[in-house]
Amino acid sequence: MILMILFHWFFVGLTAPFLIGVIARVKALVSGKVGPSLFQPYFDLIKLFSKQCVYSHGVTWVFRISPAVTLAAMLIVCLLVPFGSLKAPVQFSGDILLIVAVLSLSRFFMIAAALDTGFSLEGLGASREAFFACLSEVALFMCLIALTLLARRMSLSGMLGADSPLSWNLLGPALLMVVASLFIVMLAENCRIPVDDPDTHLELTMIHEVMLLEHSGVDLAYMYYAAIIKFFIFGAILVPIILPVQTIFPFINTLIFAGGMIGLAALVGLVESSMARIRLNRVRNLLLIAFALAFFGLIVTLWRGAL
Amino acid sequence: MEIFNGGNVASADIPDLSAADFRREVVSRCKADARLVNLFGCSLEQGAVRLFAILGQDDEASLSIVSTCFSADSPSYEAITRDLPAAHLFEREIAEQWAIMPKGHPWLKPVRYHANYRGVADLWPDIAERPIPGSYPFYAVEGEEVHEISVGPVHAGIIEPGHFRFNCHGEEILHLEIQLGYQHRGIEPLLCAGDLQRGVLLSESIAGDTAIGHSLAFCEVIESLAGVVAPPRAQALRAVALELERLANHVGDLGALGMDAGFLPTSAFFGRMRGDYLNLLLALTGNRFGKGLCRPGGVLFDLDSGMADDFCGKLRQYKNEFEEVSALLFSRPSVLARFEGVGVISSGDARELGLVGPAARASQLEHDVRVEYASGMWQYHHIPISLSATGDVYARALVRRQEVMRSLEFLLKILPGLPRGSVQVPIGPVRPNALAVSMVEGWRGEIMHVGITNSQGRFARYKVKDPSFHNWFGLAQAMRGGEISDFPLCNKSFNLSYCGHDL
Repeated sequence: MILMILFHWFFVGLTAPFLIGVIARVKALVSGKVGPSLFQPYFDLIKLFSKQCVYSHGVTWVFRISPAVTLAAMLIVCLLVPFGSLKAPVQFSGDILLIVAVLSLSRFFMIAAALDTGFSLEGLGASREAFFACLSEVALFMCLIALTLLARRMSLSGMLGADSPLSWNLLGPALLMVVASLFIVMLAENCRIPVDDPDTHLELTMIHEVMLLEHSGVDLAYMYYAAIIKFFIFGAILVPIILPVQTIFPFINTLIFAGGMIGLAALVGLVESSMARIRLNRVRNLLLIAFALAFFGLIVTLWRGAL
Repeated sequence: MEIFNGGNVASADIPDLSAADFRREVVSRCKADARLVNLFGCSLEQGAVRLFAILGQDDEASLSIVSTCFSADSPSYEAITRDLPAAHLFEREIAEQWAIMPKGHPWLKPVRYHANYRGVADLWPDIAERPIPGSYPFYAVEGEEVHEISVGPVHAGIIEPGHFRFNCHGEEILHLEIQLGYQHRGIEPLLCAGDLQRGVLLSESIAGDTAIGHSLAFCEVIESLAGVVAPPRAQALRAVALELERLANHVGDLGALGMDAGFLPTSAFFGRMRGDYLNLLLALTGNRFGKGLCRPGGVLFDLDSGMADDFCGKLRQYKNEFEEVSALLFSRPSVLARFEGVGVISSGDARELGLVGPAARASQLEHDVRVEYASGMWQYHHIPISLSATGDVYARALVRRQEVMRSLEFLLKILPGLPRGSVQVPIGPVRPNALAVSMVEGWRGEIMHVGITNSQGRFARYKVKDPSFHNWFGLAQAMRGGEISDFPLCNKSFNLSYCGHDL
């Protein structure tokens, strides 16, 4: 059990930054540049881990503890998610509720730390994060409920695992809406264009990045790592639903999963390259679309159930 | 007293009105059909100061000058700003430089934070000891739910220093105060102190991205005072360089607008294309920003016919590329959704605030120095004024796009048939006791230089006006009631100069 947990973390820690490298490379290629190395996120993390933290005089323990809480929360969520043929070390009926709760905990501490700095821009970012999280969490919940009803399982491993009953043949229309909704939620939760711009240097437009402005060194590395793992988690939930291909060879299953993850990262890169960021006051419309999609997915599911 | 662009008059001939008449004249003319182009002071003997106002009648292409004198012991007058908002920053500048009090000025703060030029008591007692722009009170909106956000003078990106103080209600901006002055170098006194050679080098450094525009304006002042006309070939080459500068900056701005909206492909393409135009400037002048080209009496470098053909070939290719990439930028719904309706300035507001350049043309003010006060090459080749009506970020981007196309057409027209002859004529002594004016349509808008000589034929006063000096207040006005997250985009659509304002 302990070994399984450690291996799960080792797997995520080692492979997750690569996906961010893929996104950056795809964006660069589409704009006609060579782009940074696929392993640049690893270099960034190594650089940050070798640096000291700097704290301003005004901050309290809330600010100091928040990077650790954020990263720990992501590591806990990891344990509930199966990665291809790698089974989730922890699974129980209703673990999807725990996932949402732990994600909220990490967000709570990030927002609290941002408010703790007393810096007006961080407060602005925190208020935006809190507002958009209200909307995206509802959509995420709706997606998970629909998935639960579709798969007739209450645990994530049951939905995504080898014997998952989710199939495009039987549940196509409902699944399509849920997947589309989850994709939007993933873009929003991971601060990608069109909701947030991870590459901008403009403090006034940032959402997630502005809350990290005061973090430095190892703390920043924790936050950065947590964001990377969060993207991996959302990918690991989406990919098995989109590609429910299961063979009897674990190696091939792993290859399919890896290909799916890289494909998803490339897709995110293409979305980011093909559209501008939407105006901040229209983000809520996008999140409401995600909610509506999941909601109709749920209705279609219930209707099928009635038949 | 009438004067034309590039002309000069004897200082003694300029009408000298009483302070009340001066104010009435400026206000009534500007309420009618004129525009406040410049308002500045100049010291006389025994601590007296003479104020000059230059008013432009754009339709008739004529500038008129009026002046008033203040003796050393009566340094105050009724503020013009109350009737003419365009005078706002000019009057603050006068109060700071000459310690003359504009009574009833609505927001009397220093502009650049230095001691006055007259050597008398400053209006702000400890400004000489404490020249820190941020340590003076800001305009504050009161209320429990109003919050203040301050950005700068140190920014996350590599840009010039400036402080922005937002009073917000949630995400809505109620008021924005822009605090500049961090880059004050004292350009105007330096230009008076040095000789001509040094002056032209200084003028190239007034704003690094407008090296051609400002050095051209400086050269025209000197040429006017020396009674020399630059040879036609030199004037044509100056026009080529000025348009290349405009092309590089407008193309770079369009790319930056794409980047701030989060649309990456065009920002990369435009960024590369900006480099192409800078490389042409490098080929022409030996400097990517065009330093070292314009000198009083002409230009330092010639363009042989092989190079001119090469330029034409390249510009034709760049034109095709620009058409393609700008079509991509202006056809994306997600980009248009970011640009449209953001940072709107109505035509009336733009006129009242005295905006110039692309920002004014985007609010449908027909004003372009190249057309209305044409000098040099523009007397023979007409460039249509690029206008847009909506006054938002989209309009300012659209005006830039049109101007790029028209500049390219202009260059392709004049490059094959450049006038022949020399590129430089010698400069003699300058006319004493005279005032010379030159205007140039830089890429940001109307640049005006005014040189006033003393009896020894040296500058008693040199006034530089960068278009940013007019337009910064327009940016603050455009943000009112807007979303704070749209500020960077709106700021980029104006793309004003900090050091051109701070001098």
